[in-house]
Amino acid sequence: MGRRIEAVYRQESRRVFASLVRLLGDLDLAEEALHDAFVAAAQQWPRDGEPRNPRAWLVSAGRFKAVDRLRRRTRHDAAVKEIAVAPETPDPSAWPDPFAQNEETVADDQLRLIYTCCHPVLSPDAEVALTLREVCGLTTEEIASAFLTGAPTLAQRIVRAKARIRQDGIPYETPAAPDVAARLASVLHVIYLVFNEGYSASSGENLGRADLAAEAIRLGRLLCALTPEREALGLLALMLLQDSRRNARASADGDLILLSDQDRSLWDRAQIAEGQALVTQALLAGPPDPYALQAAIAAVHANAAHSDVTDWAEIVGLYDVLAGVQPSPVVELNRAAAVAMRDGPQQGLALIDALLARGDLADYHLAHAARADLCRRLGMTTEAREAYERALLLTRQEPERRYLQRRLDELPA
Amino acid sequence: MKYLCLIYFDEAKHAALTEAEHRELTRACLAYDEELKEAGRYITSSPLQYVNTAATVRVTNGKISATDGPFAETKEQLGGFIMIKARDLNEAIAVAAKIPVGWLGCVEVRPLPLNWPPPS
Repeated sequence: MGRRIEAVYRQESRRVFASLVRLLGDLDLAEEALHDAFVAAAQQWPRDGEPRNPRAWLVSAGRFKAVDRLRRRTRHDAAVKEIAVAPETPDPSAWPDPFAQNEETVADDQLRLIYTCCHPVLSPDAEVALTLREVCGLTTEEIASAFLTGAPTLAQRIVRAKARIRQDGIPYETPAAPDVAARLASVLHVIYLVFNEGYSASSGENLGRADLAAEAIRLGRLLCALTPEREALGLLALMLLQDSRRNARASADGDLILLSDQDRSLWDRAQIAEGQALVTQALLAGPPDPYALQAAIAAVHANAAHSDVTDWAEIVGLYDVLAGVQPSPVVELNRAAAVAMRDGPQQGLALIDALLARGDLADYHLAHAARADLCRRLGMTTEAREAYERALLLTRQEPERRYLQRRLDELPA
Repeated sequence: MKYLCLIYFDEAKHAALTEAEHRELTRACLAYDEELKEAGRYITSSPLQYVNTAATVRVTNGKISATDGPFAETKEQLGGFIMIKARDLNEAIAVAAKIPVGWLGCVEVRPLPLNWPPPS
C-alpha cells in the first residue's frame, strides 16, 4: 500500500494541490493540506481500502484537515485569523462537494495555478521557480541545482513571490478576456525559459539539463491540453523539434556536436512527426507567431536527411518573417548564419560584422563563435583566432568552452 | 529531507515575560509539537537552558580546556531546536515560520546531509 500511495502521489499530487489552492485560497495552506491528505491516506487506505476516486478523496481530506487546523490555530493565534476567513465559509459542510468536480474542473484548477505562478507582477526568475515548484512539483533543492543557484537563494525567491501573491491579493483564476493574450504570453515565456535552460544551459558542466527540458515539454503538453491556443501549439512544436536532437547533440564524452555533424539517425523521429503536425496546425490557425516560426525553422532542419541538402533558402525566408514579427539581434545573427550557408561565408560575415558594429551582441559569445567560424572558412586565420578567443572569454558553459578551444587549437599556426 | 530548526532569541526578552505569558508560550510550543507529530513531520525537539549554564570544551594538542560560554557578541542566543521532516527547504521554512517561540527572535533552518552516515 505504501508503494501504491507513492504512485498516487506521483500521479495526482499536483492536481490535488491545484484544487486545494482554489478551495483554500492560499498556496502555503494548500501545501500543508496536501501533505495532511497523504498522511491521512497512508493511515486510512491500508485499513479501509483505496477509495473509488482517490483524487476526490484526497482533495476532500486535505480541505477538511486544513479547516480543522485553522480552527484549532485561531483559538490561540490571532495572526492566522486573517487566513481563516479566506475560505467561503468556515463550515466545510456548506462547501460545494469536491466529489462533484469533473475532469474539466481539475484541468481548470491547474490552469488557474499556472496563471497565478506566471503572474506579470512577479519577476521572470520568480515565475520560473514558482511554476517548477507549485505546478511541476520539483523541490526547492532540485530547482536550485538545475539553475546552479544556492537553495537558500531560491527558497527566498519563492517565499517572496508567495508573499507578493498574498499581499497583492492576486486571485486564483484564469484571466478575463481583455488580458488573456498578454497573460498567456507570460506563461509561454516561462515555459520557454525553462526549456532553454534545459536545452542549452547558460553555464555549468553540461550542455543542457534533460530534466528541465522534459519538464518544459510536460508543461507545454499540459497547457495545450488545457488551452489549445496556436501560440501554445507553436511553443510545444518548437520544444519537441529541438529536443528531438538531444541524443545526437553531444558525444559520449559530453562534447558538443554541431547540427551539421550530427548523426541524424539518432534524431527522435516520433517526436519530429508530432512537432511537425503541431507546427502545421499552429501556422494554419492564424498569422505567424514567433514560436511557430522558430518551430518551422527547426522542422526544415528535421526534414533534411543530410546537412548538405538543408533548404537554406527556406530557412532564410522564415528568418525574414521572424525578424519582421519579433525583431531582435539574436534573430538577425541566426539569419546571418543561414545566409552564410545559402550564399557563402563572405555574405554571412558582412551581416555579422554589421551587427557587431552596432554593439548589441558585443558580449554574446555565440556572435563571436559564429564570426570565428566564418573567418576560419574564409582562411582569415588571425581574425578567426581573435574571435574564438573572445567567444572563449564570454562562454560560461563547459562543453561550449571545450568546443571553442578545440577549434582554436585546430587553426593553422 | 530532514531539517534542524535552530531557534534564537534574546534571553533577556524571554526572561522578562510574565508568568501568564510563559504558560501561554509553553502551551503553544507543546501544541505545535503535537501538530507536527500528527502531520508526521516531528523528529525531536527541546528548549535549551540559558547560555550562562553552558560550557565550551576545546581539545588542543590533547589538552582539554572548558570555559564558560559561548559568549558571542550577538544579542540572540540559541534557545531551542526542532528537528523535522519536510519535502524541501520551502516546506521546512513554512514549518519554521510557525514555531511559536520563534516569534521572540529568529529560526535558522539547516538541512541535514542526505547520506549520513556514509555507506561503509
